[in-house]
Amino acid sequence: MNKFINFAAGFLLASVTTASADDLPKLTIYTYDSFVSDWGPGPAIKKAFEKTCNCELNLVGAGDGAALLSRLQLEGMRTQADIALGLDTNLTARAASTGLFANHNNSLKNLNLPIDWSDDLFIPYDWGYFAFIYDNIKVKNPPKSFQELIMMPDDFKIVIQDPRSSTPGLGLLLWVKEAYPDRAAEIWEGLAPKILTVTAGWSEAYGMFTEGEADMVLSYTTSPAYHIIAENDETKSAANFDEGHYMQIEVAAKLASSKNPVLADKFLEFMTSNDFQSIIPTTNWMYPAVLAKNGLPDGFEKLISPSKSLLIPSDKAENVRSEALSEWLTALSQ
Amino acid sequence: MSITLDNIKLSHGAFNLTANLKIESAKKIAIIGPSGGGKSTLLSTISGFKSPDQGKVFINGNDVTLTSPSERPVALLFQDHNLFPHLSVKKNVSLGINTSLNLTETELDIVNKALSRVGLKNYDNKMPFELSGGEQQRVALARCLLRKKPVLCLDEPFAALGPAMKKEMLSLVKEIVESTNATLLMVTHQPEDALHISDETILVSGGIANIPENTSELFSDPPPELIKYLGA
Amino acid sequence: MAYSTQPIKLIHLIFGSSAFALLLLLTLGTVLVLWLNADIKATLSSSDWSIIRFTVSQAIVSATISVLIAIPTARALFFRNFKGRKFILTIMGAPFILPTIVAILGIIAVWGRSGYISEFISNFNINPLNIYGFTGVVLAHVFFNIPLATRFIVQGWAAIPIEHFRLSAQLGINTSGISQHIERPMLKSVIPGIFLIIFLLCISSFAVALALGGGPKATTIELAIYQSLRFDFNFAKAAQLGIIQFSLCAILGIMTVLFSKPVQFSSGLDIKIERWDRTHFRYLLFDIFILTFVCLFLFLPLLSIFIRGIIPIFSLPNTVWIAAFNSILVAIVSSIISIGMAISMSGLIVRVSHKFPITSQTIEIVSFLTLAASPFIIGTGLFILIFPYISPFTIALPITALVNAAMALPFALRMILPAMARAEKNYGKLADSLGMTKFSRFRIAIWPRLRRPVGFSAGLAAALSMGDLGVITLFAPVDVATLPLIMYRLMSSYQISAASGVALLLVSLSILLFWVFDRGGQLEHNIR
Repeated sequence: MNKFINFAAGFLLASVTTASADDLPKLTIYTYDSFVSDWGPGPAIKKAFEKTCNCELNLVGAGDGAALLSRLQLEGMRTQADIALGLDTNLTARAASTGLFANHNNSLKNLNLPIDWSDDLFIPYDWGYFAFIYDNIKVKNPPKSFQELIMMPDDFKIVIQDPRSSTPGLGLLLWVKEAYPDRAAEIWEGLAPKILTVTAGWSEAYGMFTEGEADMVLSYTTSPAYHIIAENDETKSAANFDEGHYMQIEVAAKLASSKNPVLADKFLEFMTSNDFQSIIPTTNWMYPAVLAKNGLPDGFEKLISPSKSLLIPSDKAENVRSEALSEWLTALSQ
Repeated sequence: MSITLDNIKLSHGAFNLTANLKIESAKKIAIIGPSGGGKSTLLSTISGFKSPDQGKVFINGNDVTLTSPSERPVALLFQDHNLFPHLSVKKNVSLGINTSLNLTETELDIVNKALSRVGLKNYDNKMPFELSGGEQQRVALARCLLRKKPVLCLDEPFAALGPAMKKEMLSLVKEIVESTNATLLMVTHQPEDALHISDETILVSGGIANIPENTSELFSDPPPELIKYLGA
Repeated sequence: MAYSTQPIKLIHLIFGSSAFALLLLLTLGTVLVLWLNADIKATLSSSDWSIIRFTVSQAIVSATISVLIAIPTARALFFRNFKGRKFILTIMGAPFILPTIVAILGIIAVWGRSGYISEFISNFNINPLNIYGFTGVVLAHVFFNIPLATRFIVQGWAAIPIEHFRLSAQLGINTSGISQHIERPMLKSVIPGIFLIIFLLCISSFAVALALGGGPKATTIELAIYQSLRFDFNFAKAAQLGIIQFSLCAILGIMTVLFSKPVQFSSGLDIKIERWDRTHFRYLLFDIFILTFVCLFLFLPLLSIFIRGIIPIFSLPNTVWIAAFNSILVAIVSSIISIGMAISMSGLIVRVSHKFPITSQTIEIVSFLTLAASPFIIGTGLFILIFPYISPFTIALPITALVNAAMALPFALRMILPAMARAEKNYGKLADSLGMTKFSRFRIAIWPRLRRPVGFSAGLAAALSMGDLGVITLFAPVDVATLPLIMYRLMSSYQISAASGVALLLVSLSILLFWVFDRGGQLEHNIR
């Protein structure tokens, strides 16, 4: 998921709808901010889809993934969105229970994920592992586990995202809970002094890291690929944690209230096509949900592979979330 | 004590004051003239609140031009706000003896005597807001008494009082000044006040402080500026 | 308080009472909505308690530090005469015109982890400063409130009769005596009010906590309300926190009304006071030090915005200009509503006061109590109130204008009511005896006396609204933004250069709006 965004005023304002030819139908997609930035997949996806759909694609940044769901709940059936893109498996059960989403008619058979996928509402478009990113020039001995992170010197600071608004933030919450089912609260108490700040979204946090405000940031094992491929910079690495890494599978779904259901289905179909999928690795910097014909671009082979992959099934994630969230709030508010 | 203003010049924005005059010891002087003419500035110069741009101030022959207000042998009574509102009458008067307010028995006795002298016996524990305007000025006068300064300056101190009260206060001031042999300078707007209390009068008008003249002679044969001011 | 003998006419009743009703709906009505929606019985979790603790403790610390710095600053400003003194006093008099988010950006530029100071101390191997969390929130609050507190205290000094200084000089009272007999009694009367007002402002400041708060450890109640609504979709929680916030503010608001004296925003304090003590060199040195320190503290962040923003301001994207247009529109509408309400209410109060003094005083006090209702509480209440009927996002801008108008109302009322009462008292009878009626009476006899306060308060209301980053964060739809909101979004995505450009634009527009309204009130009339 490319979140290497930030830097264009464009995304904020992806919001302000550009004037369009009135005769074309308009498909509105709510997604996370970094997706629609100039550096993200947004522009390429828009161009590719509009080539075939005879429509106008309106990508709208609505905060980070978790805030996106809340936004849809607040807008309810009155929303202008036809599609929500950017939720993950930790949120799908909660999202499904709102009744705001409609079934898709995708066969799902060409998916190429590390897990089996069968969901009537949500279709995955990419996936990755959460990881802490550091500067390998500045940090010679990165922590190799949460335990080691806790033991780092006092001035070693990390930035994380708020699990209530951001999918990486939520992912970390469940990562800790899955790795330490009974000791999560204790781990968070240990981590608390290391946390410089908690941001609302991924963009804010990653921006702080690249600006040098923090030593490590919560992101993805695939994030260094951006620096390697786009910036020819190999100084950014993901810390490989012994506990294993939590997996994120990013999904999209059609809103039940959509006034363009046919067009929406068409987009969801396009989403698992080679055109869409080949854009993902070098714009959203995640693994595509359907491996593109030409495979992964050069540079991805330099990324770490987690020793163990963690994921709480989506039907259990919601229960774990509420318990883990109150542990997190308690530990971090002291 | 005599007061000499030697070629004093003072300007403040568009305002100017020049004074070149001498006041004899133990005289009672009224200062009269139109508003904004420089009466208060004249008192401020003598008491040390304004320093002249040029010229010198002598009191009793000593050059006090650069002396701070508290070091000058001058006590100044204002029209208003002579008392600190949060201090009792006794404490306000005590400031005249000792600004730390730690008074000995004998000193307290002196304070009470001064209060009696101005007709405010047993007022010592009252607060300023409990007093009438005239009473407040009496308290301030009591403090001036204690300070035993040989020059007493009054800047329209009784302007806010009714005619009967004012007359009473003027008589009190006159009595005090005569008994202590002090030099009195009093700013006033009223010719009758000047006639009631003063030996000589300084007319301040158009930025010039004229030399003191015998009060009754001045008013019986007023110069043009005074006629203009008096309006008759 | 009998202002006039004017009869109460239907028009006064209609306008006055509808303005009053609108105010009541916005303040008490929204609180009632929160009360009905809140899970009042639900116990507070330990993280809720730590949010309340943080909110109160940062406010106490901010208010204390602001006042402690303001005391020597006010003393030095009041007694020292130097070039630029008038300028500093003027700036101190208009702290509300600076948009919060602009100041925050400036503060980050100076105090942030990669700001000027961190860069400087890194030469000495000192760890960079951490501005996020308690420190940052307090720092920003102190920045905003030093001018306010200084202004209040200078006013306290100015109210002391000059005779007291002369008296002290005559009696030879020394500096510690002056501090005992003049300064301390004055401070004792003004500090409680200042402290309470700053405390109240800090308790209900949302933007600072949003931008500089650092996670659950540095969350204020208002930020938690925002998170409950926008992240958790949890109305009951938001309402519960809203009730807590309102109770806090109401208690403080009542205390403020009881203990504080009204601020004078417009009158000049350019009185030169001489003091005959404090001539010693060490006092001069101390005064120079404190003034330099405060000026650097206040002006460096602003200067940094100017320096960083002057180039990007010429290449801002179109969307920023659209947001600027939105902001100006909201500010003007908000200002008009606010002034309209203030004039309507003043008209009624002036008349009712004659026949029913208690009723009119109640109206007056309740109107001033709006100070206690935080805009965020009003916004939250409105959000929950209208959610079932229309999408709150579709009316973001009107709601923002309305809430901002209510926020500016106490200031407007405090200036317009006395002016109208005076006009009625001095010219009402004359107008009646000349047979003026209805609108021409208002236009000829009353309005000219209101122009100045109306111009000033309209400018203040517009500037307040222009810089507001509160309610809009709750209501903003994805495709509409105001300037402060765009600026905040740019800041959080670390587009510092673009954000600085927007900041410069925002602060310029705020000042311009204020100036236009304020000048408008002063044109073509020769009233002393």
